Amino acid sequence: MEIILALSIGALAGSGVWLILRSRTYQVLIGLSLLSYAVNLFIFSMGRLRTDAPPILEKGVPNTLAHYTDPVPQALVLTAIVITFAMTALFLVVLLVARGLTRNDHVDGRES
Amino acid sequence: MTLNINHLAIAPILLPLATAAIMVALGERRRTIKAVLGVISTMMTLGIAVSLLLFADSAPAGEPAAISVYLVGNWAAPYGIVLVVDRLSSLMLVLASTVVLAGQLYSIARWHSAGMFFHALVQLLLMGLNGAFLTGDLFNLFVFFEVMLAASYGLVLHGSGAPRVKAGLHYIAVNLAASSLFLIGASLIYGAAGTLNMADLAARVPILPDDERMLMEAGAAILGVAFLVKAGMWPLCFWLPSAYALAVPPVAAIFSIMTKVGIYVILRLWPMVFGVDAGASAFFGGNWLLVGGILTVAFGVIGLLASQDLPRMAAYNVIISSGTLLAAIAAGSSGVTAGALFYLISSTLAVSAFFLLIDLIERGRIPGADVLVVTMEALSEEDEEEPDAADPVGIAIPATMAILGIGFAACALLLAGLPPLTGFVAKFLMLHAMFLPDGVAVGAHEVNGTTPTLGALSWTLMAVLLMSGFAVMVAMARAGVRVFWVPMESTVPKVRFLEVVPIVALLLLCATLTVQAGPVARFMDATAKSIHAPEGYVRGVLDKPRKRPEQPVIDGQPATAPTTTQEVSP
Repeated sequence: MEIILALSIGALAGSGVWLILRSRTYQVLIGLSLLSYAVNLFIFSMGRLRTDAPPILEKGVPNTLAHYTDPVPQALVLTAIVITFAMTALFLVVLLVARGLTRNDHVDGRES
Repeated sequence: MTLNINHLAIAPILLPLATAAIMVALGERRRTIKAVLGVISTMMTLGIAVSLLLFADSAPAGEPAAISVYLVGNWAAPYGIVLVVDRLSSLMLVLASTVVLAGQLYSIARWHSAGMFFHALVQLLLMGLNGAFLTGDLFNLFVFFEVMLAASYGLVLHGSGAPRVKAGLHYIAVNLAASSLFLIGASLIYGAAGTLNMADLAARVPILPDDERMLMEAGAAILGVAFLVKAGMWPLCFWLPSAYALAVPPVAAIFSIMTKVGIYVILRLWPMVFGVDAGASAFFGGNWLLVGGILTVAFGVIGLLASQDLPRMAAYNVIISSGTLLAAIAAGSSGVTAGALFYLISSTLAVSAFFLLIDLIERGRIPGADVLVVTMEALSEEDEEEPDAADPVGIAIPATMAILGIGFAACALLLAGLPPLTGFVAKFLMLHAMFLPDGVAVGAHEVNGTTPTLGALSWTLMAVLLMSGFAVMVAMARAGVRVFWVPMESTVPKVRFLEVVPIVALLLLCATLTVQAGPVARFMDATAKSIHAPEGYVRGVLDKPRKRPEQPVIDGQPATAPTTTQEVSP
């Protein structure tokens, strides 16, 4: 499981970085989105990977991390998802404005 | 009294938030109401910030600093989010609301009508700034950073136009990528150290096992890169000149505090988490900061000397100021930090005033429809010029050029660090502290145990500080000659009273700081000492008891609040 998660984070981050460095605004947008997926998975993995371990306390189960998964990274991921989602939407709007003003989708506003 | 101060700590966040909400509800029109609301809100925030500052400075000499810790939602420190008011954060609060107020007042004359929701965005920006300065939690810091950045994205695009949108696009992309780094760093630190609370982190770093320490340092380095992007350290600052130079002037003036947020976080976290007590991690990354700061100053100087237009010059001044601060912080001693704090205040106010001043000067050079053309001779013949009836709103100020010229000279003196204004006092304090025996942690990082001597790096730093002042003076003098003396048929810009007020106020504030340099330097010294000896901060946050609700007497048993709080606090 660790290997799969690590590989998928790596693949997402790698393609995200590659796309950010491209010259079209839409590619940059998708790159930023992929990067944020990678970051979200990464935050999640910082709570250690566990199966069958709930993040919410139950009655009768001792409240140590041996019986539960760490709830904090999950809360952080939720916050991060919301924020990156909003920022991506905002970036999309700016992208469209730039497209309308410069009549092309190069990040510098002109083909070189 | 303590209770009042405790609850006052969250007011600088709630007040702008509530004001922004009201403004958004008011719709896109009714700018006057929104402008008045905004100015009142910022003035109240400034008042609150000043009272917090007075509280933080109220501790008698020798005592640990007065710290007010606000437990958000009444959760105890390492688990819940805390807001902390100490000298540093209250100082930054005062600076932020001062700069925002100046920008806001200036914008009322004309710029606020260049786009929608200007005042609401400014209030949200102020909220994000205040939150970032107050919070004692890493992830909460991220949230306030994002609030601040989201508002700044809107503001940087204020006024629209193709070049502005292009610069804004770059600005947003860079900051989104930096936010990803912020998240990676914060979560790595959580994964390694098991806490997001800054004070708790400082307490845990010295006792981390070695394998966790490596991860924690990697996280801190990634986090540091995110802050350095925001602070504009050299290889990470190419977004800055265009974004700042192309933003509308009041926005650029407000943005002069934005790079200081990155500086603030480094000033807060680095000496606390990686201070002398941090065991194996002591001064982690210090040389990077120092070298990076020196290179940033060099880059800023080259850019400043190469730039032709005034807004870009101001933007490079922002970079020079950031670089100087980073290098001075990396010196790692409280004496140099005290000078750096003085420099932070002085350079922020000066750059802010400079951005506003440039707008007025440029207006005279490019006569537009709204600029009344008056020749130099006409002005010098009749000094007591009547307010022009053709312009119903503005009052023509006699000797406008004189005011602008004096303002420009004052900005140049402040930015270059020449006497008699604060720039000189600040630079002198920094250089003086570097020569003191305990002021040279700089070159001494790598030679642990031996007596610290002035290393090559600290000599370089001093040379760079002095040379950068000289270069700034050259560039500013050149620009001043070109703007004020060379043009023969110069036009006098039509300047409204409301536009001069914030500039004069900012510069007068600098002058006051110069006159009151003694008390201010004492305050900065106390601040720097508490930054470098963070035990007071750490203990203040971690030992803060939860406030128990007034429990009703049940079955004749009184509530035992004090004993139950003992279990909560570690």
